Amino acid sequence: MKPARFDYIRAGDLAEAHHALAEFGNDARLIAGGQTLMPMLSMRLVRPQVVVDIMHLPALRGIETTGNAIRIGAGVRQAELLAWPKLAEQLPLLKAALPWVGHAQTRSRGTVCGSAAHADPSAEIPLCLLALDATIELSSRRGRRRVAAAEFFTGMMTTARAENELIEAVHIPARQTGTGYAFNEFGRRHGDFAIVACAAIVTAANVRLAVGGVADRPALRDFGALDGKALDDALDVFAWTLDARDDLHATARYRRELVRQMGRETIEEARRWHA
Amino acid sequence: MARLSAAERHMVRFTLNGRAVEAQAEPRMLLTDFLRHELGVTGTHVGCEHGVCGACTVEIDGVPARACLTLAVQADGATIRTVEGLAPEPGRLSILQEAFRRHHALQCGFCTAGILMSLDNYLKRQPDPSEDALREFLGGHICRCTGYVPIVAAAMDAARRLREPSSDV
Amino acid sequence: MSSVANSPPWCGQSVERVEDAALLTGRGRFIDDLPTRPGTLHAAILRSPHAHARLTAVRTDAARALPGVAAVLAGADIQKLSSSLVVGVKAKVECWPIATDRVRYVGEPVAVVVAASRYLAEDAIDLIEVDYEPLPAIVDPVAALDPAAPVLHEGLTSNLASERTFRYGEPEQAFADAAHRVAVTIRYPRNSCTPMETYGLVAEYDAGEDAYDVLANFMGPFSLHAVMARALKVPGNRFRLRTPPDSGGSFGVKQGVFPYVVLMGVAARVTGQPVKWIEDRLEHLAASVSATNRVTTLEAAVDADGRVRALAFDQLEDVGAHIRAPEPATLYRMHGNLTGAYDIRHVSVRNRVALTNKTPTGLNRGFGGPQVYYALERLMQRVAVQLKLDPIDVIRRNLIPSGAFPYRTATGALLDSGDYVKAFEIALEDGSFAALRERQAQARAQGRLYGIGLTAAVEPSVSNMGYITTVLTPDERRKAGPKNGAQATATVSLDPLGGVTVNVASVPQGQGHRTVLAQIVADDLGLKPSDIRVVTDFDSGRDAWSIASGNYSSRFAAAVGGAAKLASGRIKAKLARMAAAQLNVPADDIEFAAGKVRARGNPDNALLFSRLAAASHWSPGLVPEENQALRETAFWSPPELTPPTEHDEINSSLCHGFIFDFCGVEIDRVTGEPRIDKYVTMHDCGTILHPGMVAGQVTGGFAHAVGAALYEEYAYGEDGSFLTGTFADYLVPTAMEIPAPVILHYETPSPFTPLGAKGVGEGNCMSTPVCLANAVADALGLDAIDLPLTPAKLAAHIHGAESTPPQQERAAPPPGKGRALHGAGQAYVDAAPDAVWRMLLDPNTLASIIPGAHGVEKVTDTHFRADVTLGVGPVTGRYKADIRLSDLDAPRAVTLTGVVTGALGDARGTGRITLAPDSSGTQVAYDYDAAIGGKVASIGGRLLDGAARVVIRQFFAALVRHTGGKPAKRGFFARLFGSGA
Repeated sequence: MKPARFDYIRAGDLAEAHHALAEFGNDARLIAGGQTLMPMLSMRLVRPQVVVDIMHLPALRGIETTGNAIRIGAGVRQAELLAWPKLAEQLPLLKAALPWVGHAQTRSRGTVCGSAAHADPSAEIPLCLLALDATIELSSRRGRRRVAAAEFFTGMMTTARAENELIEAVHIPARQTGTGYAFNEFGRRHGDFAIVACAAIVTAANVRLAVGGVADRPALRDFGALDGKALDDALDVFAWTLDARDDLHATARYRRELVRQMGRETIEEARRWHA
Repeated sequence: MARLSAAERHMVRFTLNGRAVEAQAEPRMLLTDFLRHELGVTGTHVGCEHGVCGACTVEIDGVPARACLTLAVQADGATIRTVEGLAPEPGRLSILQEAFRRHHALQCGFCTAGILMSLDNYLKRQPDPSEDALREFLGGHICRCTGYVPIVAAAMDAARRLREPSSDV
Repeated sequence: MSSVANSPPWCGQSVERVEDAALLTGRGRFIDDLPTRPGTLHAAILRSPHAHARLTAVRTDAARALPGVAAVLAGADIQKLSSSLVVGVKAKVECWPIATDRVRYVGEPVAVVVAASRYLAEDAIDLIEVDYEPLPAIVDPVAALDPAAPVLHEGLTSNLASERTFRYGEPEQAFADAAHRVAVTIRYPRNSCTPMETYGLVAEYDAGEDAYDVLANFMGPFSLHAVMARALKVPGNRFRLRTPPDSGGSFGVKQGVFPYVVLMGVAARVTGQPVKWIEDRLEHLAASVSATNRVTTLEAAVDADGRVRALAFDQLEDVGAHIRAPEPATLYRMHGNLTGAYDIRHVSVRNRVALTNKTPTGLNRGFGGPQVYYALERLMQRVAVQLKLDPIDVIRRNLIPSGAFPYRTATGALLDSGDYVKAFEIALEDGSFAALRERQAQARAQGRLYGIGLTAAVEPSVSNMGYITTVLTPDERRKAGPKNGAQATATVSLDPLGGVTVNVASVPQGQGHRTVLAQIVADDLGLKPSDIRVVTDFDSGRDAWSIASGNYSSRFAAAVGGAAKLASGRIKAKLARMAAAQLNVPADDIEFAAGKVRARGNPDNALLFSRLAAASHWSPGLVPEENQALRETAFWSPPELTPPTEHDEINSSLCHGFIFDFCGVEIDRVTGEPRIDKYVTMHDCGTILHPGMVAGQVTGGFAHAVGAALYEEYAYGEDGSFLTGTFADYLVPTAMEIPAPVILHYETPSPFTPLGAKGVGEGNCMSTPVCLANAVADALGLDAIDLPLTPAKLAAHIHGAESTPPQQERAAPPPGKGRALHGAGQAYVDAAPDAVWRMLLDPNTLASIIPGAHGVEKVTDTHFRADVTLGVGPVTGRYKADIRLSDLDAPRAVTLTGVVTGALGDARGTGRITLAPDSSGTQVAYDYDAAIGGKVASIGGRLLDGAARVVIRQFFAALVRHTGGKPAKRGFFARLFGSGA
């Protein structure tokens, strides 16, 4: 169980990384924390011609507050974000969700943007980016663009990133006053990929639920001011639309039920916060 | 732009347990294989090679990390600690290692190096963990022998002893 | 002879382990930590992606040509230099360590590459091309016995490898007389204790002496030494088997390295260089060994008060694709103990062994116990429920009564010692059972789902090497000659400085054998454990050993520890006679204490132990009648372990511990997740030599059992694909999942072992899974429940009926487990059926619509081959695609069959495409079935269905686009895959 051969480029600056992507396209793989890419390399599921290490780019490091959003660079490890002193105040949903991402021993290396790039349908970070209307900042030799999370995650492990682009950062709107946040997850063991993960954001005017682990990408629905049985009914419809599947660890029916019940619990938790 | 060619071996240098080391590696070589078979430091074990079991956990630049999820070339220039660097001197054990022995927190000892490296780092950052927090942290490791109970006991005991002002290791 | 010591004995104390300092500092010596000879080569194995297929070609030229590759060996190359592994039943089957003409399970070796490094060997593996002709796979043992099922082995007429029936007492009469009959049917799943260190070995061959030397982390039993030597076609003395000083856990599993010893022995012979092979985790999960899965129907004849009078077992054992030695031992290990801890005199048994397309089975902690107790203890709960009795009373009423020991069970076991009723009552009292009942009542009053489970069990240890012959008829046994016993060996030697060394063939894998042996011998010789050096790395060319040697059936404390005590005692007796002459006292008055050998009652009249112990080296004349007091080897085999009788009674094990467990489990109403609220486990394991290690064995066994009960399963799809190929899908519990059990002890020393000790390491693997299942059944009011107790499975009993899907949404796909994909869809094409038909049949069509095609070769008008790159996200691979059109019904329908094979796996699918005129155009409809196997199915299961749908979607989207199709109203893809691709 050893990787196939590849060249290794340690990019010294952004231009070098862009250049490598422009040259090799889909035959290049970026490595940041490597927590997802490395097993795929060792299992030879992924056989790039070149691996480009972007962890030594000063430009990609750092968590910054820019206007009403938090910019998290591609070099920021999950543990760094979790340890960011302003996390609870600025990004309470991520404060609640990050402890569910793998284990301390993988969060220490894995990056926030790497998780977004990989777009695992069960992963917590893409779910939070979607729920929070985050944008993904992509750059290439040809320029720079921002894509809303809702457009970025296009399917099972696929995103709107072009072959020649890298994720430079994600921009996450900071906490709004008068908003409640909650996150819940169920997996077989702690640290496993979610069977169902729920992120709820509640304001006076709207109830939002985003769900991971069920469809081929995180999914979101706004329920407006619905409450009581009407909200349950709407959650039921939402659960049915998610195209849940049977797999080794859970049935589709089970996943739908967790969307209904855990989804509702998560919404109520966010409401309590909001109150 | 330094591009290391796939088929050649390249010099990799880093600080291992306080000493400068170097050896050659193809770009694809895993840090586990580099440590064990190129540097001959075999205390770090390989349990799954896909990042789940934690047996290969080492400290890279001050944080616990899976060596099997790291390329040797990525470690160039890093500061790495392995289980060989835990004991204060030959024939003496660290407080954590002693606690493991006292509580029978190991049986076959294969996964132990990774758990020790994780806990050594954790107890520096969390000197007074709750048992629940400690168990959650240990959730990043698989041990097949002990059932974890004595590992938790050893870690809590070590934390207690490390908090005492006189402890030096 | 006396051994009065002045300080408390070391045995019974939790001394620190001598093993630990090295292990804690990274200085362990596991197989992959040891240096190898210069020139050592590294092996990698190409394994079957198919559960069942004929091997039609293995092309290795490209692999051989890769620089650094020394050899590429396929089945025929191995067969030339070896013979089939001996099979333990009378059946015309062979068992090779590599596939020869067929593959019979996913993961079966197909070729071995030997190269300068493991990396290079894996590169070469990628270059081997294999042609498989898939055959129908049999996964379920019941289905395997269907007369219409494909037969796995040519020498057999069915997949039934063995069948025997047994009758003890008068079971028919007992059932006829019974007030009640209670029955359970259970399907025990596959799982394994997955040691953290995988298999590893280094094999060498000396052509000059025609001799093999293999270092492997094998654990025994060394009866398999004979199997390996015969397979390598050398006498036993030309097959030297050694083990490294440390082994990273085994739990039975490392017995299964032995076929690889043969495989790599041949590879070393072919290359003329040492060959090293370290199994990786994916190989281990797919193809090391598994515990057996078993289908059991167990019926009881029960009195009105719950007293069980008779049992009728019908056991169908699934050993996988080969009957690999020592199977079917799993089925017979418990044969003497089928009545568990109960006094039941009438038993009937039907035992059948089936072959299926799954990994061959082997030793695994608990070995046969989990399967038997799951049936027996589920049955005892059902007796209580059906007769409306308290399950506590049902157990109490049926336990073997106090004072009945040694007790001979109906099926032949001689239960050495115990007071089951007393241990049971102590457990209820000290474990606060009444308080647990109270807790349950409170929880239930609050509407929570809370159940209590109970288990009583007998834990056998020190296997009788003859039990496996119970699979033979008495007639067959007469012809084969008797087999029995459990030879244990130990050697104690003295060096010229008076130091004591102990050598054993116990092959520890973390159990602390070195520490306990030091305690035993230190006590015997009046020394400190640190004075004793214990060597446990094994060498068949030098150590005293026999077929029972090894580390299995929990035999260490009872048998090996006892043998060490005997060997030490012999040395001690000689030393005492020497000391008597020098100290002028009778030998009976000599005592060994505090590092001295002295006259009892006059401690000043003493010799230093070390000086006396060295005397045989320096002045043999001091020991004239003994000749020497240098080295003593004890062989010990208990006389109680006799062969099966004419009536098939078998004392399958020497020692029998008693276990009584109870637990409280709460189940979450939303998630269905079971949470172990309290677990109490009472053990009578005889004399306890090291309390810390006993606690470690109990807690460790408990953790394995919790894994087996709640998390772990080696799962297979209906097509035989292996679904749990990584530690992300084979779920081993962590510190978050394992609570601390309450451990209680009641000690009744075994009268049959030198130290009174019994085994203790396997008991919870037998008792705990069913105890937890009984609690879950109690919580949910279930009649039947099988493992593992997954949240989704339990939630199905909680969640009730589901709402109906809203009109505009699709129907739920049918539940299923496996890699089968079904789908159907349709789209409108703005062209007449004839035009669409011509396009479909145009040879250029496929060329342009196969996703990622690098070039399509047209074989005939209806047969195409292509190299394609397929994948999702970053996971892409190159495949060979073979596509055929058939059942042409112009211009209405055509069937399209595709087979895609590559390093990441294979897929085959069939789609029926139909064309129907619709106003000015055509409705193109299709319906397909696809199945995916191989590596990607084993390791990427969580994402695979979604990924496969993406690829299939690409194909049909291109097809429809090519024919001029347009998205339908509600989103083309949504309709295209509308019924559950």
